Amino acid sequence: MQPNSAATPAAGRVRPTDVYFFGTCLLDLFLPEAGMDAITLLENLGLRVHFPQAQSCCGQPAYTSGHPNEARAVARAQLGLFPNDWPIVVPSGSCGGMMKHHWPRLFAGEPEQALAEALAARVVELSDFLLNVLDFHPQDRGLPTRVAVHTSCGARREMNVHVTSWALVDRLGNVERVVHDHESECCGFGGTFSVKHADIAGAMVTDKAASLQHSGALEFVTADAGCLLNINGKLAKDGERVFAGKHLATFLLERTGGKA
Amino acid sequence: MSEQQTITLYPSRQFKDNARAALKDGELRQSLRTAMDYLMAKRLSAFSDGDELETLRTLGETIRQRCLAKLPELLEKLEAQLTANGVQVHWAETTEQANEIIHGLIARRGGTLAVKGKSMVSEETELNHYLEARGVTAVESDMGEYIVQLAGEKPTHIIMPAIHKTKAHIAQLFHDKLPDTPYTEDVDSLIRIGRNALRDLYLKADVGLSGVNFAVAETGTLCLVENEGNGRMCTTVPDMHIAITGIEKVVEKLTDVVPLYSLLTRSAIGQPITTYFNMISSPRKPGEKDGPREVHLVLLDNGRSQAYADEQLRKTLQCIRCGACMNHCPVYTRIGGHAYGTTYPGPIGEIISPHMLGLENTKDLPTASSLCGACGEVCPVKIPIPEMLMRLREEEQRPAGEVVAHPLRGQGAAHTGKEALAWRTWRGLFGQPGAYKLFGWAATRLRGLTPPGQLGWTQNHVPLKPAAKTLHQLVRERDAARR
Amino acid sequence: MSARDNILAKLRNAPRSAPVEPDVAAHFERFGPRWNEVEALRHWATMMRSVKTDIVWCTESDWPQRLAEQVKARPIRSLLLARQTPHGALAHTALEHNPLLQLKTFDRMVDDWKDELFNDTDAAFTVVRCGIAATGTLVLWPDADEPRTMSLVPPTHFALFDTRTLHADFHTAMTSEAWPNGMPTNALLVSGPSKTADIQLTLAYGAHGPRDLVVLAVLPPHLSADQLKDAA
Ligand code: SF4
Repeated sequence: MQPNSAATPAAGRVRPTDVYFFGTCLLDLFLPEAGMDAITLLENLGLRVHFPQAQSCCGQPAYTSGHPNEARAVARAQLGLFPNDWPIVVPSGSCGGMMKHHWPRLFAGEPEQALAEALAARVVELSDFLLNVLDFHPQDRGLPTRVAVHTSCGARREMNVHVTSWALVDRLGNVERVVHDHESECCGFGGTFSVKHADIAGAMVTDKAASLQHSGALEFVTADAGCLLNINGKLAKDGERVFAGKHLATFLLERTGGKA
Repeated sequence: MSEQQTITLYPSRQFKDNARAALKDGELRQSLRTAMDYLMAKRLSAFSDGDELETLRTLGETIRQRCLAKLPELLEKLEAQLTANGVQVHWAETTEQANEIIHGLIARRGGTLAVKGKSMVSEETELNHYLEARGVTAVESDMGEYIVQLAGEKPTHIIMPAIHKTKAHIAQLFHDKLPDTPYTEDVDSLIRIGRNALRDLYLKADVGLSGVNFAVAETGTLCLVENEGNGRMCTTVPDMHIAITGIEKVVEKLTDVVPLYSLLTRSAIGQPITTYFNMISSPRKPGEKDGPREVHLVLLDNGRSQAYADEQLRKTLQCIRCGACMNHCPVYTRIGGHAYGTTYPGPIGEIISPHMLGLENTKDLPTASSLCGACGEVCPVKIPIPEMLMRLREEEQRPAGEVVAHPLRGQGAAHTGKEALAWRTWRGLFGQPGAYKLFGWAATRLRGLTPPGQLGWTQNHVPLKPAAKTLHQLVRERDAARR
Repeated sequence: MSARDNILAKLRNAPRSAPVEPDVAAHFERFGPRWNEVEALRHWATMMRSVKTDIVWCTESDWPQRLAEQVKARPIRSLLLARQTPHGALAHTALEHNPLLQLKTFDRMVDDWKDELFNDTDAAFTVVRCGIAATGTLVLWPDADEPRTMSLVPPTHFALFDTRTLHADFHTAMTSEAWPNGMPTNALLVSGPSKTADIQLTLAYGAHGPRDLVVLAVLPPHLSADQLKDAA
């Protein structure tokens, strides 16, 4: 039904030996462990992972706030960091969506247009990459558990990340995936939205956190840094000590015994 | 008129306060959630074939874009065809002009009572108040609109005007406002009360007012979509019918309405079709025994030509007013329609209102979205609503003095030196690897100094605290260890 | 400059690119229903009944009798029909012996008897131009004989429908009958009695138009009501 159906293992998506890793600024500053877990996961699968040290941010925060010039300046600084023809793996769906779908628009009519388009074509979201390029069948070494999956809206609508996340979780033998109420609804992050319209965003994240808590899951996973910070930040604010979320990469690494 | 509406000429300026108040209204939150869940499920069931849905949406989009591409020619053709059919066409650039025209037509025949079918455009012009002030009573006849008018409110939804009200509210309202009406929460009884109250008015009314869903240029036909029959009453029984619509509502061919109508009813309420599809092409002809002797169409611009001037923003005008975007909007679901303070609430309201009222009066609307994309995903004519929102954010952040090809009214309304500086700083830090590295270094070292209050963020969250080491650093350390 | 000129000038000044031509016919060619006669009628009936329409299967010869039965079964004291038309004359003959029923004809301008039409006319009987199977719809083109208010104002509407005029979908109806070549004063699609869900999304019938819609669906000789039985 969706135009870019990431759910179908893409024919002709060849397994590479090397990948670039674009960590995203949110992971970099606030959730670096999740970034490391993603890198470790990829390395455990036999890939050489290259992390350009000059990377910072895809430009999304300014882009969605009505400052495309600033967004372009920051995005431009990333364009030269991926010279080899390797996939660019992004462990956050909405950032991946920015690079894949919005960079071409952001650079339309600019000298870097062709470059941005070429890079966009190589951008692949982590769960999509694990599932559809690597055909990752994780060996579940963990104890039986129940998890809920939250997918960022950009990732869901632009990249079909909900389908790929579900599929990966479903491949874990000891994990029961539970559906939470209004699962497809936004958690209320939306970048500066959660600052500019804190009342509305607060109502949204309250509902999302509650439906995750009441889903019967012991924890939740998500492949998006923004949503993770949003929902966990809310749960912590409310004094929740047990129930929390983690990045899908961390979860997969834990389940496969790759994390102490 | 309720007090809420008399506070200001532009209630949309109070969006944040309105939203805060609405969020505290638990009953409203609950009614909205239940209603929107229901409407979403209904829509889904009306589009069981995903392939058909996508093909039909693309067709709807193509039709609307073709009609907009030919808009001036089609408007002229519509005018010529309607005129040939005996329908009189009027043009209004502003809401004032539209009201003047309509009042003039009613006054000419000494009319004092008008019955109204559902028309969001007449809400846009605040026609009822205009007429009321000049001695013409305009009674809303759509059940939802009637309820809302009786309560002295405005519609909260473009398809379901009284969606915010419970049976109990309406029972009390009818009991209080209508003579000899016992309190009842039985919906059939409530509808019968409404029906009886209005029947007399159809009979007595001098004029019937209505909106238009599609105006067909090819045949000069005004199409009205409804379930209740009140639209037919208003356009058939009084001796004069005045229709009012936006200039974007014209379609080229009669066959264009077939897919658009199907998209409209299925997207709006999940119905395969409405009870009535009323196609009006002329006033009463010689020999015919009923129908209005005069039919008028008022075409209103009210900012639409501003959206039209820009090819990207023009997509806003593809809208067929189905309301699906609001039904699926997590923001609308939580605050309801009144909070927006505009005629059109929800996502379509966020993208059309700035053209009607200016960004200076609507500056909080384009940002009132998490850009989750639920609206664009369901829009039957594929308006990329998030893209429109981002563009409007850009225009309201653009300094007022900056010269652009198509300046929007209220350009720069949200621009502040502080925010501009913040983004310039961000650009400086994130746009240069050296600066970013230093920033990461400082942020992690100074994480102990994380302020306990971070703008709106800490209202709902614990403060964001940088990690002890950035991912950059972790990777560097690991690479070093491996060597 | 007039408002008209201003508006048109603004629109003409905008940049415009050549539009893509939509192919409406191809869509319905691809997704339109493919039913045989019986399937189409069944679907039509199922759809109409799902919105509280009464369907009475009739034959060319027995419909006036069936109409009389339907009228008798309801508390109807007055009925409006077009006696000057062939079908109106047949209905008149079948109904005139009912002593409790007053038969009326729309023989004046509506303006001269609005009150009576609104307050003292229980039912009306009109003919249907054609039907639409996909959505469960009747198409009415009111005329001088059977004006617009007949299917609108009286609380019960009896509609005589020749089922041979059933089209698969709206697009077929419109194109095969060449509507774009000329539209009447009022053309109308009717799918059930009037209804509303404006109060807490609860469906209620009989909003402002008729509360009851009774279709006398005349089957051609080669079809019998038995073949259509399981149409819900
Ligand atoms: S923008 Fe799209 S979804 Fe919203 S009302 Fe208009 S047509 Fe419907």
